[in-house]
Amino acid sequence: MKRFWTSSLFFLAVILVWEFLVRRGIWDSPLMPSPSDIGLYLIQAFQSGELIDASWVTCKRLFLGYFVSLAVGLPLGLLNARFRFLQDTLGVVALGLQTLPSVCWAPVALITFGQNEVAMFFIVLMGSLFSILLATTDGIQSVPPIYYRAARTMGSDGFHTWYAVMLPASLPFVVSGMKQGWAFAWRSLMGAEIYVIVQKTGAGLGLLLHYGREVHDIAAVAGIMVIIVVIGLLADKIMFSPFERFMHTRWGTSRQ
Amino acid sequence: MSIDTELVSAPPEKLVIEKVSKHFDTSQGKVIALDNVSLSVREGEFVCLVGPSGCGKSTLLNMIAGLEMPDSGQILADGNAIKGPGSERMMMFQESALFPWLDVLGNVMFGLRLKPNLKDAERRDVARFYIKLVGLEKFTHSNVHELSGGMKQRVALARALAPNPRLLLMDEPFAALDAMTREQLYRDIQDIWTERKKTILFVTHNVREAACLGDRVILFSPHPGRIQEKFDVRLPRNRDINSVDLASYSSEITKALKRHLRPAGEEVAK
Repeated sequence: MKRFWTSSLFFLAVILVWEFLVRRGIWDSPLMPSPSDIGLYLIQAFQSGELIDASWVTCKRLFLGYFVSLAVGLPLGLLNARFRFLQDTLGVVALGLQTLPSVCWAPVALITFGQNEVAMFFIVLMGSLFSILLATTDGIQSVPPIYYRAARTMGSDGFHTWYAVMLPASLPFVVSGMKQGWAFAWRSLMGAEIYVIVQKTGAGLGLLLHYGREVHDIAAVAGIMVIIVVIGLLADKIMFSPFERFMHTRWGTSRQ
Repeated sequence: MSIDTELVSAPPEKLVIEKVSKHFDTSQGKVIALDNVSLSVREGEFVCLVGPSGCGKSTLLNMIAGLEMPDSGQILADGNAIKGPGSERMMMFQESALFPWLDVLGNVMFGLRLKPNLKDAERRDVARFYIKLVGLEKFTHSNVHELSGGMKQRVALARALAPNPRLLLMDEPFAALDAMTREQLYRDIQDIWTERKKTILFVTHNVREAACLGDRVILFSPHPGRIQEKFDVRLPRNRDINSVDLASYSSEITKALKRHLRPAGEEVAK
């Protein structure tokens, strides 16, 4: 609780100092919105429904892309860990493509699919798939062989060994891979929304950010950035904290 | 199979090892881990395998567990060749190899879940019975990382006993523990062996430990792994590791061990 108050007081102080500096004109107002400007924009944009619609559009795209990445990446990662042939082929491809910043997929996506949802989905998928795949493979490969041997002597084999031993044993690695994949998906989507302008099927937060720049509305730009941070934080907490709590109690790993 | 038959010890297994050889291909070339090894173990016998590292005693244990296959020769359990792992032969390792994603009860139940024809409630009862047997009933729901090294090995023992095996294979299970904990476990394992009547094969490189626990001590020499001598330890149970009678046995075995080591031989721990 004490740490909560420390953080709260810190941010309150930052906001107050910021507001003070802008109001006194020490920071140039057209380039530097004050916290109250941002707050006003957020209230107005919420009331008009614009922000909620945009967040909804963005979240739909994000979850679609991310969950397809998980659904494809986790099993492929498992297979990759299991079969040497896949490691020497698919594994090398994944390793190469993972180093490619996700926004680099945007030109290809635009040429292939055009300015539409498919392009958007493709960029998110390419952005997160390979890191999930590789983290799963790494996780399985770092399971201590003694677990496998112990399970074998108790009569576990084949599929049972995989779901009852290899998967839970690699959970700490797999979850951190899922987190990393999530972070990549979020970044890819923002890149895609700013770069692949899609208006017909809904304006996402990235597009609002883009428009904010076009009309030079710095308060809007900063306000949308705040929303993007908040969504990122919330999703991270909601999706991963159950796993992290479980690992903390079972493995005894430290929790920040 | 039901809970009643589960809690009664299954009859111990008779083990016959016939002219078993096994080699490994390593970066240094072909290593003969075991060369024409024969040994027979009576039902309910406690046999300790002693020898310096590289004498193939762990390899032999792995083959009896069904994790590896001999190049030649055969291993018979009650007259049947061992084809793979099975719940009648359980193994314990130097590391506890407990699963950190399960609590103590979950770990002990792991092998039981692989036995068909038992209800989950019955499995839980069986697991609790063995957790009590190793004296950890207060820690039934503890996480693995909360246990000390000795407690972990107790849980590993309970996990190995729970599927009611007829043969227990122990690969230096106490080597990583401190002396006090080890002495307690020597008493416990003798109690459990007397009470539950299992055939036990126990690998160690601690001669005194072998003399304390074994009805027989089998001495291996390395490169290639061969059986050199067999000693009968005729001392009443339960034996105390610090007793004087035991010391005379262990010094006799140690002398033999030194005799069989090659001139360039490796260092032997204790």
